Amino acid sequence: MAEAEQSYGLIASFKNTASFFHAAEKVRDAGYKKWDTYSSFPVHGMPEAQGQPRSKVPIFTFCGGITGFIIGTLMVWYMNYFDYPLIVGGKPFFSPIFPFPIMYELTILLSAFGTLGGMFITNLLPQHYNPLFNSAKFLEVSGDRLVIAIESRDPQYDPQATRSFLEEIGGTDIEEVNA
Amino acid sequence: MAMITENSTNDPLRDALLAKVQPAELVEQPLVTNDRDFNWVTDKICRIVETPTPLWWWVCMAVALMTAAFTGLGLAWLVSTGVGVWGLANPINWGWAIVNFVFWIGIGHAGTLISAVLCLLKQGWRTSINRAAEAMTIFAVVCAGIFPLFHVGRVWFAWWLFPLPNANVIWPQFRSPLEWDVFAVSTYGTVSVLFWYMGMIPDLGVLRDRAVQRLQKGVYEGAGILAQAMDIFRKYFYGIFAMGWRNAGNHWRNYEMAYLILAGLSTPLVLSVHTIVSFDFAAAQLPGWHTTIFPPYFVAGAIFSGFGMVLTLMLPLRALYGLHDLITQRHIDNMCKICLGTGSIVGYAYIMEFFIAWYGANPYESYAFINRAFGQYWWAYLMMFSCNVFTPQLFWFSAVRKNAALVWVMSILINVGMWFERFVITVTSLANDFLPSSWGYYSPTIVDIFTFFGTFGLFSVLFLMFLRFLPLMPIAEVKFVMPAADPHGHHDDGKGGSH
Repeated sequence: MAEAEQSYGLIASFKNTASFFHAAEKVRDAGYKKWDTYSSFPVHGMPEAQGQPRSKVPIFTFCGGITGFIIGTLMVWYMNYFDYPLIVGGKPFFSPIFPFPIMYELTILLSAFGTLGGMFITNLLPQHYNPLFNSAKFLEVSGDRLVIAIESRDPQYDPQATRSFLEEIGGTDIEEVNA
Repeated sequence: MAMITENSTNDPLRDALLAKVQPAELVEQPLVTNDRDFNWVTDKICRIVETPTPLWWWVCMAVALMTAAFTGLGLAWLVSTGVGVWGLANPINWGWAIVNFVFWIGIGHAGTLISAVLCLLKQGWRTSINRAAEAMTIFAVVCAGIFPLFHVGRVWFAWWLFPLPNANVIWPQFRSPLEWDVFAVSTYGTVSVLFWYMGMIPDLGVLRDRAVQRLQKGVYEGAGILAQAMDIFRKYFYGIFAMGWRNAGNHWRNYEMAYLILAGLSTPLVLSVHTIVSFDFAAAQLPGWHTTIFPPYFVAGAIFSGFGMVLTLMLPLRALYGLHDLITQRHIDNMCKICLGTGSIVGYAYIMEFFIAWYGANPYESYAFINRAFGQYWWAYLMMFSCNVFTPQLFWFSAVRKNAALVWVMSILINVGMWFERFVITVTSLANDFLPSSWGYYSPTIVDIFTFFGTFGLFSVLFLMFLRFLPLMPIAEVKFVMPAADPHGHHDDGKGGSH
């Protein structure tokens, strides 16, 4: 298996969005697990075609939002009621009404940080190096190339069989990428 | 007859009726014209930052820097002398500074509207203008922030606005709308930057990959060492900020979810920001300020002025960079129509304010409004009314919308009008307040004028930097609305022709 250890996997290109999309469905149906599609734009319906579950990003958003709301509430309570009660116009020291803009803005602020952070965490970014970047063909994905890559660590991966499978589903320019 | 076969059903009556009336087939205007392909889009947008700096950029930058120096001068004079160098005096303690703050913050709103609200409404045409509009938002917030920051008088204590522990062991007073504003504007600025940055990650990846490709191919014969050095810089600069983005389906899945959520968060945010800005006025008891119409009226005005600014910026850019296939007549039409819609809301609000002042039968309120239109500041009211109410009504006519030069002039008039609106609201209400003995007349000083004039330079400097170093349009999003990106279409090549 020395050969498989040095190989990251195989990449195949597809000529248009429709064939790319249907090829992804076939890879999914063939039971591959460690593979992904690469295109310079999001393809409508691709997560389903790849058999991926719904994104987990909303969980991070929710946690951020709850944190923001609680921080906003506690901050106003601590500062204007507990630590330094300040009489202003006979208004109560604390109420959930008057500081609502503060709670509202902090909820949105931390939700936004949660969302961006969640996007990075779920995508395992930052990851500035990836073996795929070594392939000149892969870099063309940024232009108009549409690529499917099957990794060698997939249990079903076999250098010969996977290559012919990719050819069968319409892949061209099949290339082995070194790890 | 293709239309009829498409619509044919099992119902013979319906088919017969359709054959009789022959409904017109409405063709949707393509968002990218002239049958362009993916590579053309990538190339067109990337080459703006990859080709040598054009001469006009240097000229504009020089002018912008010189203009920005006026703000620097005005602020240096203010800080070294004291806030008295502005034309503020009792009872008018909110002069140009607050007018300019509201003006700039309002301009920012169109950027968020385009990037967030139109995203939620699935308006495909937003794609080619949203990046530049978001940049405009951020730079407008920067310009806006300067004014209240220096208006506090002793700017080195401005950090007291934030709930940070200080030597006096006191905290901000959260019952004040001004404190709400601190939170609203700083949240708005931060979330706008996050949204802008996240939208840019895939495009930064494209710029990185293109630089790496050129370095690998070594295409620098005759181009000189500088071109190669710039590509090495690009490889690392864009590479670091692209965070290793590699266009994976898995990346896009999480990215699209995050984008949608950020759009969903920005929508209530943008509405809250100008609402809270209007609370600065509406929560006071001054006749002319103390009205419930302020929040919706301010938000509509903000979107109106912001779209005016987007048109002011995008029309010259479209001509300079030859982006006619990406910013089409359809885009201009839509922006003009939004100006028309929001301008009409603003006009309605002006008239409704008068109606309520009369209907409310409060003599002080009535006086405030009659004084606004016919008192000592009648000229400002006239400027506001004619620019904001009459100008956008011309957008009803398609001949006007198709005349780019005329649209550009009108977009500037809209912003002049919106600046005067803020002047009218702020100054006329304060100048003639409760005690006639203390009434006054406000005029700006040269320092006020310098500081405001310079912010246009600051805005231009930031925008020119953006044009030079960052992708002007979201490449991935433009590709996404092209027919060739449709996985269920039947296109054999990467062409983006008619749908």
